[in-house]
Amino acid sequence: MANVLAVLEQRGGALKQVSHEVVTAARTVADASGGGVDALVLGPSGIDVSGVGAYGADRVIVVEGDDLRLYQPEAYAAATVAQTQSGDYAAVLMSATAMGKDLAPRVAGRLDCPLAADVTELEWSDGIVVSRPWYSGKAIAKLEIAAAPCVVSVRPNVVNPIERAHDGAAEKAPPADVEVRARTVEIKEPEKARLDVTEAPVVVGGGRGLKEAENFALLEELADALGTAAVGASRAVVDAGWRSHAEQVGQTGKTVSPQLYIAVGISGAIQHLAGMRTSKVIVAINKDGDAPIFKVADYGIVGDLFEVVPRLTQEIKNLRGG
Amino acid sequence: MKIAVCIKRVPDTETRIRIGADGKSIDQSGVKFVLNPYDEIAIEEALQLKEKSGDGEVVAIALGTEESQETIRTALAMGADRGILLQTDVAPVNPVTVAKALAAELDGAGYDLILFGKVSVDDGSQAVGTVVSELLGLPSVSAIGGLETADGKGTAEREIEGGVEVVEFSLPAVLTAEKGLNEPRYPALRGIMMAKKKPLEVKPVEVSDEGITVVELALPAERPEGRIVGEGPDAVPALIEALRTEAKVL
Ligand SMILES: Cc1cc2nc3c(=O)[nH]c(=O)nc-3n(C[C@H](O)[C@H](O)[C@H](O)COP(=O)(O)OP(=O)(O)OC[C@H]3O[C@@H](n4cnc5c(N)ncnc54)[C@H](O)[C@@H]3O)c2cc1C
Ligand SMILES: Nc1ncnc2c1ncn2[C@@H]1O[C@H](COP(=O)(O)O)[C@@H](O)[C@H]1O
Repeated sequence: MANVLAVLEQRGGALKQVSHEVVTAARTVADASGGGVDALVLGPSGIDVSGVGAYGADRVIVVEGDDLRLYQPEAYAAATVAQTQSGDYAAVLMSATAMGKDLAPRVAGRLDCPLAADVTELEWSDGIVVSRPWYSGKAIAKLEIAAAPCVVSVRPNVVNPIERAHDGAAEKAPPADVEVRARTVEIKEPEKARLDVTEAPVVVGGGRGLKEAENFALLEELADALGTAAVGASRAVVDAGWRSHAEQVGQTGKTVSPQLYIAVGISGAIQHLAGMRTSKVIVAINKDGDAPIFKVADYGIVGDLFEVVPRLTQEIKNLRGG
Repeated sequence: MKIAVCIKRVPDTETRIRIGADGKSIDQSGVKFVLNPYDEIAIEEALQLKEKSGDGEVVAIALGTEESQETIRTALAMGADRGILLQTDVAPVNPVTVAKALAAELDGAGYDLILFGKVSVDDGSQAVGTVVSELLGLPSVSAIGGLETADGKGTAEREIEGGVEVVEFSLPAVLTAEKGLNEPRYPALRGIMMAKKKPLEVKPVEVSDEGITVVELALPAERPEGRIVGEGPDAVPALIEALRTEAKVL
């Protein structure tokens, strides 16, 4: 029997979408092993957790504090460890977001237990079995975890949230007392907030084929027409200073798994493919019919992006408008 | 400032991965190994901090096989003062195991800062540095893209989804380096010559990696064969149709 602790994530007092993914993954393991799911929420008071039961949490443990509004590494780690030790959990699950990638190793280090980071599959078969990318996704390792508890972070966007109603009754737990030596003082947000490439269901990636920074406006317009879309970039254009590193997709950038990835003027170097090949649907627009990007693309258009992209934007606007 | 930088030998990112005969590891024949790209950034940051403070020492530490000596020499050629190889043939699957071996070496050695790369491009756990900070009981900030230090305190910026977190911390501390923190220097010829004479201490270590085992290593499923829907802007309607009716993503 494996009880699972799902650590959820909030921003500005609202639960993030990835929280449902984590609860779903936790429920799947718990159901296969006859265990239960507890969800842990850390943040300011007043977070609405009423929807968490719908995704399969038996209990929702809420740790509130004004100084938990932002992710505070020490306080979050202490509270997660305290909750883990108070119960009989086989696994602590969280999403491999910026927060999860920092919190998971802290919890594993404090508990001295195995950590499997950024997994793309998770199941129960007499123990936790995960798959995770190695060599930036150029190989997939299947791992068996024999120890309980263990800590697992799950790549965002790979679990489809499933509604499986459970009780989800909320109860409060006190924040842990910690000595603070590293404090998150603020989050600086850009003026025009666009979705992050790791979170967006659609990513429009641009490469050197755009010729200059200003031409990314074409991709911004396409992303706007698509609605919930982010703009990504190849390393070539990040190195050229056209786009910020936050947007780089690839082995030394971000790994994305959106529903739809549209590669525009990107050749498809091995390091770029490593970051986007797990996208559900890939579209490539490139004037070179032999570009390697077409080998991973589901749909391709061979042509000049300066003609194809404006037309695509227009057709999508027509579709959305009509 | 006394600064440690933990570095790892990894396959070059150009490498085409082939699975080895055991089905659990890669076939290393013909694979070129390099210093993990993120660790170059950590070394660069350490060198700049040392240069700014006017004195101090930068120590490069790797856990790995004998071949990791080459990786340490690269760090020395960039400008690190000395190296330590914690030598083992075990390549742990659990990042906590790696962290424990490194923490045992780092503990009590009086470092003001301990730097790591954000992530190793082979296992990609993005964990070892942060686990080390927990094992040593030190504050840490991971994946930093900006850093300022003064008077035993520091401020680091780390990029998160749709924003940048600003974190204040006290020294000694552990930091892991993200791209954008600096532009790593290339070792100059003089540096490469000097690196040969710099001290590199080899310490055999016992490493036991428990609780997590590789069942199988496989190449990712090939993506199903795609198709070119057409040429030029006139192909756009056919693309939209395919995305709506076949792929159902629009
Ligand atoms: C250690 C290391 C790490 C790396 N990490 C990454 C990484 O994380 N992410 C990454 O992306 N790269 C990474 N790279 C770089 C990678 O090897 C490639 O250099 C890079 O991806 C190329 O970017 P690109 O496709 O934009 O440019 P190019 O390869 O120059 O391709 C431009 C493409 O645009 C097309 N094009 C040109 N004009 C037009 C037009 N008018 N209409 C349509 N198409 C047009 C061309 O046919 C070409 O295919 C890494 C490299 C190294 C060594
Ligand atoms: N075997 C190792 N020896 C020294 N440092 C390592 C080793 N493995 C990982 N690291 C450090 O930890 C960072 C993160 O690695 P990882 O957690 O594997 O992604 C790397 O960038 C290195 O700085």
